[in-house]
Order: sequence, then C-alpha cells, then structure tokens
Amino acid sequence: MSQTANSVPKPSVGTGSIGAMTARSGASLNEARIAIRNLDFYYGTNKALKGIDLDLPARQVTGMIGPSGCGKSTLLRVLNRMYSLYPGQRAEGEVMMDGQNLIAPDIDMNELRSRIGMVFQKPTPFPMSVYDNIAFGVKLHEQLSKSAMEERVEWSLTRAALWGEVKDRLSGSAMGLSGGQQQRLCIARTIAVRPEVILLDEPTSALDPISTLKVEELIDELKRDFTIAIVTHNMQQAARCADQVAFFYLGEMIEVAPAAQLFTSPKQKRTQEYITGRFG
Amino acid sequence: MSATLAGMPPKDDATAVRLGRRRDRTDKVMTGLAIVSTVLGLVFLVSILFTLFWRGLQAMGPTVFTEVTKPPGSGGGLLNAIVGSIIQVGIGTVIGTPVGILVGTYLAEYSRGSRLGEAVRFVSDVLLSAPSILIGLFVYQLLVLPFGGFSGIAGAAALAIIIIPIVVRTTEDMLQLIPNTLREAVMGLGSPKWKMITLICYRSVMSGLITGVLLGIARIAGETAPLLFTSLGNLTWSVNLSQAMSSLPLTIYAYAGSPYEDWVSLAWTGALIITVSVLLLNIIARVVLRKS
Ligand SMILES: Nc1ncnc2c1ncn2[C@@H]1O[C@H](COP(=O)(O)OP(=O)(O)OP(=O)(O)O)[C@@H](O)[C@H]1O
Ligand SMILES: [Mg+2]
Repeated sequence: MSQTANSVPKPSVGTGSIGAMTARSGASLNEARIAIRNLDFYYGTNKALKGIDLDLPARQVTGMIGPSGCGKSTLLRVLNRMYSLYPGQRAEGEVMMDGQNLIAPDIDMNELRSRIGMVFQKPTPFPMSVYDNIAFGVKLHEQLSKSAMEERVEWSLTRAALWGEVKDRLSGSAMGLSGGQQQRLCIARTIAVRPEVILLDEPTSALDPISTLKVEELIDELKRDFTIAIVTHNMQQAARCADQVAFFYLGEMIEVAPAAQLFTSPKQKRTQEYITGRFG
Repeated sequence: MSATLAGMPPKDDATAVRLGRRRDRTDKVMTGLAIVSTVLGLVFLVSILFTLFWRGLQAMGPTVFTEVTKPPGSGGGLLNAIVGSIIQVGIGTVIGTPVGILVGTYLAEYSRGSRLGEAVRFVSDVLLSAPSILIGLFVYQLLVLPFGGFSGIAGAAALAIIIIPIVVRTTEDMLQLIPNTLREAVMGLGSPKWKMITLICYRSVMSGLITGVLLGIARIAGETAPLLFTSLGNLTWSVNLSQAMSSLPLTIYAYAGSPYEDWVSLAWTGALIITVSVLLLNIIARVVLRKS
C-alpha cells in the first residue's frame, strides 16, 4: 500500500494511457510496467482483439471486465505468449516491457514466462507432492540448496495464505487438497518463481466465498511486489481488488480508468450499461 | 413461456401409460437377450478354462520348470521353452517399449495435425492390425536370411515390432487424455516442452502407460506365428541369441501336433503356464490402473 502511495505518478504516452488519476486506494496510478499498443490478435482468421492500447501500472492491480467472449482471456494469453503453443494463433502490435516487444518472434519464451506468471481459472495441481508442486517451477530457473528451497517453498506458501493448512502435509499429494487450497497452491507455485507480473484469469470462479476472500486479500498483499492483471466477471471483485479497471467488448477495449472512476462515472455508454447489468 | 404451454394440446395420460408399457416390454426382451448371450459366452469360456486346467495340470510338476524338453517317452520339462520365451519377450519389450512410447509421444505432443503425424499414425494402426505372421516373414527377410539362420534375436525383433504399435496406441491415447490446461500450467511456469512431457505428462498418465506395456507383453507372450520364421524353436537348452531358440508357444505348437501322449500333455501344461501368466499380467495391469 505505502509503496503505491509513495511512487511518483508519471503520465504515460500513447492513446490508451490515462495518466495520473485517483485510483480506488486514493493513490495514483504508477508508471506502466507493460505497455500494450495497437494489439491485434487472430485465432486463425478470427480476429479476437482489435487495436488494444493499455498500460499495466507497476505494482498495482488492473482489473479486466467485459461480457463472455470479449477477449479478456485472449489478452492475458498474449502477455505470456501462451498462444504461441498453438499454431494458427498470432498477435500483431506491441507489448512493451523493459524496451522489448514481448510478441516479437525471437523472445525467449521460457524466460518470459518466468517473468510473467499466470494463474488459470481452474486449479491445475501437478500430480506430485505439495512441496514438489512449488519446487518444480523454481528448479526450472534456479539452482537452490535444499535449505534454500525449503525456505522458498515456505515463503511462497505463506504468501499464498496456504502455509498453515499444508505445512504438515508437504509430502502429501497435491491432488488431495480442496479446490480452494489447490487454487492457492497454484498461486504459490506462480509466485515461487518470483515473476514480476502475475496474470490471473478468473482465479476465484471455482471457489467458495471464504476461499475467494482469501485470494482477494492475497492479491492486495501481492501487489506490494508484483504487477497484477486480473480477469473477473464479478464487478464487486473488480471494485475491491483493482486500482485500474479496463472494460472490453467484442474484442475492443472500450474504456480504462481508475477503478473508482470507472465504476462511478464511466465515460462510455456501453461501460455504463455493462456495469449496471443491462447486458452481458 | 406460459403462452406456448397454454397453446399446446393437453397432456394425454393414456398415451403416456401405453408408451411406458411398451418401454417395459422392450426392456424385458433386451434384458433376456443380454442374459442369454452372457451365459452362452461364459459357458464357452469356462469350458475352455476347465479343459485347460484339467489337461494342463496332468503333466504339471516341478520337473516342468527344472528340466529341458526331452525326446518322447523320456520325461523332461519345459525349462528351455520358458527361459527362451522370457528372453525373447524380455528383449522384445525392452526394445519395443521405448520406441513405442517415443512414437506415441510424438503423435500426441508434437505432430498435432501434421502430415507426417497422420502418416505415422496410419502406419502404426496398420501394424496393429496386421496378421502377425506377416511380421514374422518380414523379420525373416531382414534378419534371418542375411545372417545365415534362425536366431533368438530375430524372434525378439519380431516381438518388438508387434509390441510397438500397441504401446504407441496406449501412449497416444493416454497423453490425449491430459487436459491442455495442465500443459499450459506447466509451460506457464517457463518450462521447456520436453520437461513438461517427461516430468508432468508421463507422471500423470504413468499407470496408463504401465497398463499399456503390460497388455502388450501379454499379447506378445502368446505369439506363435512370428516366431516360426525367426527363432524357429529349439528342443535343446540354448540361451545363445544368435541361434535358434525355444519358446513356449512354439513348443506347444510342436508338441500338441505330435503323436506322443506325454508331449501332448506337456503342450497343455505349457498352454496353462502362458494363460496363467497372461492372466496375472492383466490383473496387475488392472490393479495398477485402478490405483491412479
Ligand atoms: N482456441 C480458440 N480458437 C478460436 N477462437 C477462439 C479460441 N479461444 C477463444 N476464441 C474466441 O475468441 C474470442 C475471445 O475469447 P476469450 O476466451 O478471450 O473471451 P473471454 O473474454 O475470456 O470470455 P469469458 O469471460 O467467457 O472467459 C471469443 O469470440 C472466442 O470464441
Ligand atoms: Mg476467459
């Protein structure tokens, strides 16, 4: 919290930028960590994203809302190049991070994905122990001693608000955890790799209200260190979690604004209709 | 909603009852047919098993496992045939399994929709259903004629060729069962593809892969035709891979057709040994699969 308040707001450039405005927390939006410019995306010939311009402010939460099929998941899958697993899917435009275009063909995708982690809608525990679920990703990028690895596992499980529940069953199978615990395990697994950006695609849609609350608290806590993008169908969740909210409709980004502003005084009629539940 | 409901003709209870009765009748007839067919099938199965155990146990004894095949009338066992089968099936499995798993992995994880993948899958499916004597003839041309004689290694090669498409099929089918979300979760951590496959995919379908291999072994353990042209059979003790080698199916083939009563009995005993081993493999496969 304090960090976001202290950071100096810098007006960013580009059509999608919104400059320094007052966000939900009362703080202003930080400098962009990822800047998306004029991004088009194609599933074969089907154009799923059209000219997206969006900044993800550093160490803040960007909420993405919009009716089903509007391209929210697609946008997340562009950011960590998940689409590159499938021939026929391609992106055009710019996704700038540290002066690099992330969708350029020569990007090292393993390295990129270690910097931009993703949590999916459904929990996907690996068929191994809780401990190994966390250690798996870490081992891909770092060589740690046994004690350092144990420390890392505890650290990430603690940050994911799961340590207390699993500390006595680290060697038990992760498949035996409840759905909510599995989802927090997936979050722990993602942050254990220490990415800079975390993408969450409807992370709580399969969870009960209490687990949902835990994950939301977790997101609040995580943004001290990470830049976060979260897709959600839950307006309240977007309002609770996000500093900035972007509204998507039919592959276009209709509006982006600090959360408080987007929910109280949206500029576009479609946004207004959507957040008041008139369609979608 | 209510408008359309109101516009529809009222429910006809009599028709509903009539239709229900008809369903009941059909149900009874079909159940009856199913029971009759099941009983018929079971009768054959039980009578085969009964005959097998009845005849097979007559010559069963420790000497079957301690003595090699001997001329008619002088006793003897099946030791060389059992050991020969274990050697050839073992080598065939050790060669065929990795190849099959790699090909199955290629089909499921790498070839998605490519021409080469389609071709490989087609060839593998043809191999799967090809008569096994063809494979024996093929290996005969490849490994027997050029190297001057029948050999255990040629037999093992023929069995390897038979087990490969079985393992390919199960490997591909099992890997296809893995949801893409799991693959994406692994790749999303920045994992290279080969690590995803070896460390996560294989592990999550391990029991299925083992089952496939066990069923493959069960299949090749009983193969006779491909061994006729390759390892030929050997009535004396030999574990030399470059020479003709005995095996249970071939010994059964030779003994069962002979006019000597003790040989015929031993043939039944050999058949019993194969059947029980295959049965055990199937049970193990089921247990492994259920454990997952
Ligand atoms: N693999 C695919 N192949 C072809 N078209 C796809 C594919 N995945 C998504 N699409 C299309 O792209 C568009 C955007 O899909 P996307 O999954 O990004 O929507 P979304 O906003 O995440 O929706 P939801 O809220 O339902 O998750 C949709 O019209 C969808 O039909
Ligand atoms: Mg989605």
